Amino acid sequence: MATIKLSESKINFIKDVCKSFGNKGGEVINVLHKVQGEFGYLPKEVQEVVALELNIPVSRVYGIVSFYSFFTMTPKGEYPISVCLGTACYVRGAEKVLDELKRQLGIEVGEVTPDGKFSLTVLRCVGACGLAPVIEVGDKVYGRMTPDRVKEVLAEYK
Amino acid sequence: MHVLCCGGTGCHASASAQIIENFKQILAEKGLQDEVQVVQTGCFGFCEKGPIVKIMPDNTFYTQVKPEDVEKIVNEHIIKGRKVTDLLYMDPENQEHVSDSKHMGFYRKQLRIALRNCGFVNPENIDECIARGGYEGLGKCLTEMTPQQVIDEVTKSGLRGRGGAGFPTGVKWGLCAKNKCDEMYVICNADEGDPGAFMDRSIMEGDPHSIVEAMAICGYAIGATHGLVYIRAEYPLAIHRLQVAIAQAREYGLLGNDIMGTGFNFDIELRYGAGAFVCGEETALIHSMEGKRGEPTFKPPFPAVAGYMMKPSNVNNVETFANVPIIITKGADWFQTIGSEKSKGTKVFALAGQINNVGLIEVPMGTTLRDIIYEIGGGIKGGRQFKAVQTGGPSGGCLTTKHLDTQIDYDSLVAAGSMMGSGGMVVMDETSCMVAIAKFYLEFTCEESCGKCSPCRIGNKRMLEILDKITDGRGTMEDLQELRNLAAVIKDAALCGLGQTSPNPVLSTLDNFWDEYVEHVVDKKCRAGVCKKLMRYEIDKDKCIGCGKCAKNCPAEAISKTNYIAEGHKLPSMEIDPTKCIKCGACISGCKFNAISVK
Repeated sequence: MATIKLSESKINFIKDVCKSFGNKGGEVINVLHKVQGEFGYLPKEVQEVVALELNIPVSRVYGIVSFYSFFTMTPKGEYPISVCLGTACYVRGAEKVLDELKRQLGIEVGEVTPDGKFSLTVLRCVGACGLAPVIEVGDKVYGRMTPDRVKEVLAEYK
Repeated sequence: MHVLCCGGTGCHASASAQIIENFKQILAEKGLQDEVQVVQTGCFGFCEKGPIVKIMPDNTFYTQVKPEDVEKIVNEHIIKGRKVTDLLYMDPENQEHVSDSKHMGFYRKQLRIALRNCGFVNPENIDECIARGGYEGLGKCLTEMTPQQVIDEVTKSGLRGRGGAGFPTGVKWGLCAKNKCDEMYVICNADEGDPGAFMDRSIMEGDPHSIVEAMAICGYAIGATHGLVYIRAEYPLAIHRLQVAIAQAREYGLLGNDIMGTGFNFDIELRYGAGAFVCGEETALIHSMEGKRGEPTFKPPFPAVAGYMMKPSNVNNVETFANVPIIITKGADWFQTIGSEKSKGTKVFALAGQINNVGLIEVPMGTTLRDIIYEIGGGIKGGRQFKAVQTGGPSGGCLTTKHLDTQIDYDSLVAAGSMMGSGGMVVMDETSCMVAIAKFYLEFTCEESCGKCSPCRIGNKRMLEILDKITDGRGTMEDLQELRNLAAVIKDAALCGLGQTSPNPVLSTLDNFWDEYVEHVVDKKCRAGVCKKLMRYEIDKDKCIGCGKCAKNCPAEAISKTNYIAEGHKLPSMEIDPTKCIKCGACISGCKFNAISVK
């Protein structure tokens, strides 16, 4: 993984977040939520700063980032696409929609398109089972998806 | 007059926010903004027909409302008093319009206790909650009851934990109260991780004050002054509504110091989960709140002795808490009259899958699966055959036609090889492959296993490999026996509830759908047409006109021309090379002549 040089302002942002939680090691999850909310992901350089500020080993921060699926170490695309693979969506054919997305974007789950436009992830249940199968592009929810509709949805963002 | 507009996740995703906006704007244009109040409520439950708009006081229930329908509703219904018939629910049996939800099949057999306020109040307005009896239970506890009386009342009601395991709530409170010390915690488990379940989310979004009130009641009963809600970060709306509810309760003196002037102190904080299914297990949840990896630890010690920060803690699930205030106000005797012999009260289920009426339902314990699927759920989609219903999520199992008349409660579901779980209920028809479903759940478990104990981490992985073999057409009959052996070891040896129950989806499908496993292994056939490796795409050479569209669509270049020209056609037909075909289905969706089929 390429090393990233964090700018002074970004380092200060992380420091401020840690400070707002009293620089307590027990608050590491809350700190990471805030930091990922700002940066979109948690590269190892960010984790190092968090560890230093909270006075805990980097290994513990990394252990948490890799344990929880909400945290990610890869940046998202401009339009992150999430396919719901909850049971309700699954039995109504979500996998076929996912296959079609993979085919049209040319990427696998967890990857970003080379132009940085789309990234593809799966998630479990967005709670809109009445509309299954469901995908999300950014915050927008598309319900009753079919493989045929993939093209038209992607076209909205091209 | 009130316009109640569903703001649940499903309806929200289909433009309910725009509908509310339009109502406000059009009512303002007509100068009716003071006469008619527009309220964004929590989930009505009938997600299949969303977005839902209800007009009070005449109780008219409009379904599948679009933003452009709003003007019509205002002009016709609100101004002229005429119902807009084409937006009313149509009874599928007699094709008649029904305007009152009480008379719809979906609602007739339901009894709403935990969801009592969902769809009736504006969840972001504490006054509306109080008007419907909110915080009455807390008031009664603080002024008329001793903590022990509160515990006794909850115990007597027979309320059991709604998170899945069904431990008696009052007993749990009592155990915690015995370990009195100066720092104790009330924890609400709102880490709803079961895929296909959204009960807790709907309660928090639709009636957050019931949770706030119940946690304060629990705090009074066990002697705790701190409350913590562990909530999924993936639920932004629920988080927002809880935050609003907590702030309003503080402002009204219903949280904080000296609540209602009785000297009782209690306050609530939120803690965010970060997407780990295992954190629904109470010890893992507590570790996660302490800022560690959410790995479970051996019990005892139970959280009631050494929980959050090693202090006595009581963990209950959202739905369990939602039942508490009404048990206090109406009494344990009332609650006892509802439900079956050993399971009292109601249960909320997220009914989903291949069913006509997808939605959130609440039924008395002891209701049969048949009533849920055919009466409330309106039967199977597209008139197809019912095949199975999955309850209990990754810890539960699949029930089949022979279980349709089982009365649902904690004990009967376990006896049938499944479990209550948190309330996911996914209905499947003949288009679902039961081997693939078992694999689906096992994939979930493998992903979510914390990795601490080897039976779960390695055992489930081995089971998944065997299922992969079977769905790829490489399975043997010995593999089926090996699945059972591994399942038995994992059940006995895994550390926590997630691990011990993880083989259930495989075991219950082996028990109930043995034929289907054998078909995959011996005949190399998947009757539902789900397992790709067992499928064959074929072109009917007499139907094919040779247009070549399929070949153009094929990403694997598996389709080529033959020498055969069917009678009446000008071009030679196409054929698929099965060794190159990746079974994506792109050829079928492109063919206008229905010449391609899956065998």
